[in-house]
Amino acid sequence: MEQISTEDFQIIDNCLMIRLPEEVDHHRAGYICENADRLLMRDEVRNIVFDFENTRFMDSSGIGIIMGRYRKIECFGGRVYAIHADRQIRRIFLISGLNKIVEVLE
Amino acid sequence: MMQKGKEEKKSFTCHGGMQMTAGQGYQNEMEITFDAISDNEAFARVAVAAFVTHLNPTLEELSDIKTAVSEAVTNAIIHGYENIHGYSRSDGGRPADEIIHEGKVTIHCVLDKDLLHIDVSDQGIGMEDIDQAMEPLFTTRPELERSGMGFAFMEAFMDELEVESAPNQGTTIHMTKKIGVGDWIDSEE
Repeated sequence: MEQISTEDFQIIDNCLMIRLPEEVDHHRAGYICENADRLLMRDEVRNIVFDFENTRFMDSSGIGIIMGRYRKIECFGGRVYAIHADRQIRRIFLISGLNKIVEVLE
Repeated sequence: MMQKGKEEKKSFTCHGGMQMTAGQGYQNEMEITFDAISDNEAFARVAVAAFVTHLNPTLEELSDIKTAVSEAVTNAIIHGYENIHGYSRSDGGRPADEIIHEGKVTIHCVLDKDLLHIDVSDQGIGMEDIDQAMEPLFTTRPELERSGMGFAFMEAFMDELEVESAPNQGTTIHMTKKIGVGDWIDSEE
């Protein structure tokens, strides 16, 4: 299984790009949140882009990751985007109501 | 549930019907027991998915089952045994003051023709108010920044969900799903 590393967190302009691992679950959530929050504190990040290109599985832990990061940037008018989200990920967005705060880009 | 996935099904077309392999009177059963640590979350959901593969489930059905099992097992680890970060006893990254509540999670699966029954049980702290625990967005541990959607996901992805629990008596989640109902293909793809 593909492991997530610090290279999967990049800041481009005012966007934090997070390339999510193959499986987004509770086991991986801690690492993702820690790294994301470290960068959110350090830099003038306004928006977050979650890249689901490698992601084949996500459970409600993923919803927690996205909701938690959203709360940290929404007060500064930041937005959350999802790219490369497959049908199952979109379905999870819909069921959780997360599609109201995440903009899914094609 | 904020939004049920009803409307999204409009764009799907349904192929096929009952699976040939789900013959009359087919029965199969399995049980696994493992340590309540987060390394085992992936193992648990993959094991259950592997158990149903010869019924030719659709990719969507497999995803649903994996998500539901993942939710139930994660709940057992985090809430049942209060192993909030999912550490194992030998975990080097574990802070010294982090207490590990040793425990096991058991998954018992029965395939009855095309019906999959999954029981996920733990001997952890149990729950006082099951109805409250099942409310979407409710969580006893907001500091973990988890979504509180665990039960909502189990309900959404499985056909039936029953929860048995009492304080200090552990928790058992019963879930049922019919396999091979149809091959849901997104017509847009």
